[in-house]
Amino acid sequence: MSLLRGSLQEIHSRLAKKEITSVDLVQESLKRIQEVDGDVRAFLLVDEEGALKRANELDEKYSKEGTRGLLASLPVGVKDNICTEGLTTTCGSQLLANYQPVYNATVVEKLHNADAITIGKMNMDEFAMGSSNENSSFSPVHNPWDLSTVPGGSSGGSAAAVAAGEVYFALGSDTGGSIRQPAAFTGTVGLKPTYGLISRYGLVAFASSLDQIGPLTKNVEDSAYVLQAIAGHDRYDSTSANVEIPDYLSALTGDVKGLRVGVPKEMMGEGIDPGVKALIQKSLDTLESLGATIEEVSLPHSEYAVATYYLIAPAEASSNLARFDGVRYGARKYGENLIDLYHETRSKGFGPEVKRRIMLGTYALSSGYYDAYYKKAQQVRTLIAQDFEQLFAKYDVIMGPTTPTTAFKLNERIDDPMTMYANDMCTIPANLAGLPGISVPCGLSDGLPVGLQIIGKPFAESTLLRVAHAFEQATDRLPEPKLGGSRA
Amino acid sequence: MSKYETVVGLEVHVELHTKSKIFCGCSTTFGAAPNTQTCPICLGHPGVLPVLNREAVNFAMKAAMALNCEIATHSKFDRKNYFYPDCPKAYQISQFDQPIGENGWLEIEVDGVKKRIGITRLHLEEDAGKLTHDDDATLVDFNRVGMPLVEIVSEPDLRSPAEAKAYLEKLKSIIQYTGVSDVKLEEGSLRCDANISLRPYGQEKFGTRTELKNLNSFRNIERSLQYEEVRQAKALDAGETITQQTLRWNEETNEVKVMRSKEQAHDYRYFPEPDLVSLVISDEWKEEIRSSIPELPDSRKACYIKDWGLSGYDADQLTVTRNVADYFEQTVQAGADAKLAANWITGDLMGYLNSHNLEIHQSNVTPTLLAGMVDLLQKGTISSKIAKTVFKEMVETGKEATKIVEEKGLVQISDEGAIRSEVVKVIQANPQSIDDFKNGKDRALGFLVGQVMKATKGKANPQMVNEMIREELSKL
Amino acid sequence: MAITKTEVEHVANLARLTLTEEETEQFTDQLNRILQMAEKLNELDTTGIEPTSHVLPMANVMREDEVRPSLPLEKVLLNAPDQKDGLVRVPAVFEG
Repeated sequence: MSLLRGSLQEIHSRLAKKEITSVDLVQESLKRIQEVDGDVRAFLLVDEEGALKRANELDEKYSKEGTRGLLASLPVGVKDNICTEGLTTTCGSQLLANYQPVYNATVVEKLHNADAITIGKMNMDEFAMGSSNENSSFSPVHNPWDLSTVPGGSSGGSAAAVAAGEVYFALGSDTGGSIRQPAAFTGTVGLKPTYGLISRYGLVAFASSLDQIGPLTKNVEDSAYVLQAIAGHDRYDSTSANVEIPDYLSALTGDVKGLRVGVPKEMMGEGIDPGVKALIQKSLDTLESLGATIEEVSLPHSEYAVATYYLIAPAEASSNLARFDGVRYGARKYGENLIDLYHETRSKGFGPEVKRRIMLGTYALSSGYYDAYYKKAQQVRTLIAQDFEQLFAKYDVIMGPTTPTTAFKLNERIDDPMTMYANDMCTIPANLAGLPGISVPCGLSDGLPVGLQIIGKPFAESTLLRVAHAFEQATDRLPEPKLGGSRA
Repeated sequence: MSKYETVVGLEVHVELHTKSKIFCGCSTTFGAAPNTQTCPICLGHPGVLPVLNREAVNFAMKAAMALNCEIATHSKFDRKNYFYPDCPKAYQISQFDQPIGENGWLEIEVDGVKKRIGITRLHLEEDAGKLTHDDDATLVDFNRVGMPLVEIVSEPDLRSPAEAKAYLEKLKSIIQYTGVSDVKLEEGSLRCDANISLRPYGQEKFGTRTELKNLNSFRNIERSLQYEEVRQAKALDAGETITQQTLRWNEETNEVKVMRSKEQAHDYRYFPEPDLVSLVISDEWKEEIRSSIPELPDSRKACYIKDWGLSGYDADQLTVTRNVADYFEQTVQAGADAKLAANWITGDLMGYLNSHNLEIHQSNVTPTLLAGMVDLLQKGTISSKIAKTVFKEMVETGKEATKIVEEKGLVQISDEGAIRSEVVKVIQANPQSIDDFKNGKDRALGFLVGQVMKATKGKANPQMVNEMIREELSKL
Repeated sequence: MAITKTEVEHVANLARLTLTEEETEQFTDQLNRILQMAEKLNELDTTGIEPTSHVLPMANVMREDEVRPSLPLEKVLLNAPDQKDGLVRVPAVFEG
C-alpha cells in the first residue's frame, strides 16, 4: 500500500521511529503524480525541487531535535487560488498564467509552520467559478473514480489529488460548495468551516462575504488535524473571527447519542437522484441506530438560495476581479490605447464562465438595478440565515445530501449554466448563512461516491467533526478509486 | 451687475496625517522614491485584505466635529468601482450612505458680512496613486495609494468666487487647528474640486452646473470660478444652454478645457465593502475625540477682540494658524500686554519668520522671552526704538531681554536731570532751530528730539525729551 | 425585467470586456434566463428586512497606526508587464 494511504498517526509514528523520512513521503507523492496525473490533471504546478529541498531540511531538523507536529512532512496540495510566494499562482486563469505572488497566504504560513510540505498547486475552475472543474483555462480535471466524469468544482484538483493518493491532503476554498461538492464527487472528506474561522488573507477573492478555505482529506480525523493547524484569528483579515479554537481531536468521541438531526425536506425532494436519496436515507438510519434522533424539517427559503447566491456572488466577483486589468501584473494585452489594454487583457484573459459572472454581477450592481437585484438578494439572504437560526434552536445539526446527483460526465453540462448552477442547491445555503458544513462519503451509487452533508451552528466544527467521525466509524470505508473509465 | 446669481459648491479632499496608510502598514511620509512605500495590500495584489487604521477614523471624526458635523453612530465602508491606472483594485474603498459626519457648517466673512456655509458630509476614503506623463506613456507611482483622505462636501451655499475662497481658507484653518492634516496644497494634502452654476436672481431652481478640476491653489480656484462665472453668463445671455461637464483648469493659459461630458458619466456601482466590518461609534468614543479638539479660530478670534481689545484685523492675523494663536496666548499668559504682544507678533516676529522661512515655534524667541521684552517696554525700561534692537539680538541669540539690555547698557534714561542737561546742550548748539520753532515750524521740534536721542544713543525716554524741549523752548 | 443586447453591451463596457457578436447574443440569452430565475425573489416580501452584508455580527475591527515594512522595489515590480525608472508603465492616459 502506498505510504500516503496510511493514517496520519501511522505515518507520524514511522517518521518518529525513522523507518521512513520526509524525503520518502515526498518521493512517494511525486511518484504517484508521475503515474496518474497525466490522466487526472489535478496539478497545475508540481514543485519537485522545492518539496524535496524542504523534505531534506525537515529530515535534517528532526535528526537533531525531537518531536514533530502531526502534519509535519506530509505532502500537501494547495488550491491555486491561494497565494504561495515563489510558486506561480494562476487561479486556473490564463490571465495569471505567470503571476508570482510576493507574499504567502496566512494558511500557507500556518502549514509551513506546521512543517507540512507543499507539493504543488491544484487545478481549479477559473477564479473558483464552476462546479465541474471544466472551467480551468489549462485543463479539465478527471474524476479518479471514473475518468469520463468530472471531479466537481471548483476545488476539483484538490479533491481528485486526495482521492487518487497524489497528496496526503489538500486545501480548497468554498464559496457555494466548492469544497464539499468535489469531496462528495470524489469520495473524500471536505470541510467548509464557519465564515471567519480561517483567515482569507491570501485567498484570491471570488465572493468575499462567502469564501472560506478548508481541508480536503481522506478521512474525518485528518480533517480535524488540518483544521486545528489552519484555524484561528488573523489580524490581516478584518472578517476573521476572534474566537477560541477548541481541541478538535478531542471532539472525535464516536458518540452521537441524543444528537438531534434535522433533515430539510427541500433537500430530500425533487431534483435529488433516487440513488443519492437512498444512500442518504441509509446514512440517517445508521445515525439513528447510533442514538441520534432524526426529524424532517423545513428550510422554507432554501428554494430561493440558488437565485440569491447567483446575484450576490457575481456582484462581489465583478468587483473583486476588476483588479485584473493588466496594469501591475497579469498577462497584459495591448490595443490602440489604455482603454483597449483593459478590454484586450480582460477579454482574452478571462474564460466564458468568468465573463458571464462578471457581466451578471456588474449588471446587478449597476445604476437602477441595485435595489432590485443586489439589495433584494441580501435581504433574502437574511431570511435564509433566519431559517437556520430557527432550526438550530431545536436541532444540533442539519443533514442531507451534499449534491443532488453523483459526478456527471465531462462536457455534459458545460453549455448549460442553469443546470450547472442548480447542482449547488444543497451546498449554497450554508455559505449564505456563513455556517460550517462537511461532506463525508456515505457509499457508492452506480460505482460513484455520494456525500452526506452535515451543517452545524456557527463555530460548531467540533460537533460536525464528531458526528462525521462517528458516522465514518460506523460505515464501511470506500474502496480506493481505480482510475478507470475513458478520459473521453 | 450681472443678472445672474452664482452658486458654488466645493468638494475638498484632505489627506490625514497618520503614520501609516489607512488599510495597510506602509508609511505615509511625503517625497519617498516611487513605489517604495507600497506592499501587496495597497498594490491591490490578488488575495489581500484591508484592515482599518484606527487613527484614520479618529482623525476623520475630529475633523468632522471641528466642522460642526453630526457624527454617525453606525458607519461603514463601500466600494466605488472604476478602472484607472492610479486605482490598483479598480475600486476605491470609500463611504457611500453612512459617512462619518453629516450636516456640518462653518462661518465665513466676506467684506465684513458673516455667513454660515453648510457642510453636507465628511467621509473617509483611500487616496489613489500618482500618474506622470512620459512621451506617449503614463507612469504610475503607487506610494500615495491608501493614504487616508477625508472628502468634505459643501452645500451649494456659496454665492461668489470670493466666498468660495473664504470658505477654503476657513476650512484649511480649522483642519490645521485640529492637527489631523498639514493641509498643504503644494504637497497635495489639500485638494479641491468646485462646481458652479448660474441662475437668474429670484429663481429657486439651480442652473446646470459645470465641475472644475485640477485646482491646485486658492488663487486658481478663485480665478477659474471667475472665468466660469463670466463664460456661463455670456452663454446664458446669448440664449445658449450650459452643458453639464467636467472642466480642467489650465493655469498656463488661464482657460478651462473639457475633460468629460455627462454622457460619459461614471456608474460607480457602489456596494458595501465585504472585506471590512461596520463601525459602531459609541458616545464615549465621540467624547474622547471631542475633548481632544483644541479651541478653534472663530472662538479664539472672538475672545481676542472682546476680552483683550484687539482689532478684528489683528485677531484674524493671529488666528490663521493654531501655532501662532497658541504662541500669542502663551505670550499673554506669560504676563505680556495683549495689544503690545499682538503688535510685536504680527510685526517684527512675522517679518522675521517670513524672511527666514520659519514656523513660529522654530524661532529663538519663545513666548516667555517675548513677554519679558514687552514687559520692559511697558514699564518704560526700554523705548520702542531700543526694543527693536533688543528684539534683533533676542531673535539671533535667544537671550533674555533683561540680559541684553544689561549687557548692552540699553536701559532707558528716565532721570529728569540727566535728560534736561542734554536738552539744554542741544538747544544751545542749534539756535537756528529755535527760530524755526518760534516761526511755527514743528519740524524743528522733531529735529531737536532726534539730536537729543542721538546724544543719548537712543536711551533717553522720548516722551520726556519731547516734553522738556517744549518746556525749555517756551522759557526762551 | 429583460436585459437587452444594448444593455449587455453597456454592461460589458462597464466591466471593460469586449464581447464578440456571438458572445453578446449568448450572454443576452443566458443573462435573461438567470435574471428570470432571480425574478423568483420577488415572490418574497422583504419590506423591512435588513440586508445581510456580513454574516458575522462584528464591528470596529481596527489596527493601531503603526508603520510596517513596505516591499522591496524589485518585488513591487516583479510582475509588472512594463516599467520605467521604478514606475509602472502603461499607454498614455487620456481624458476622454
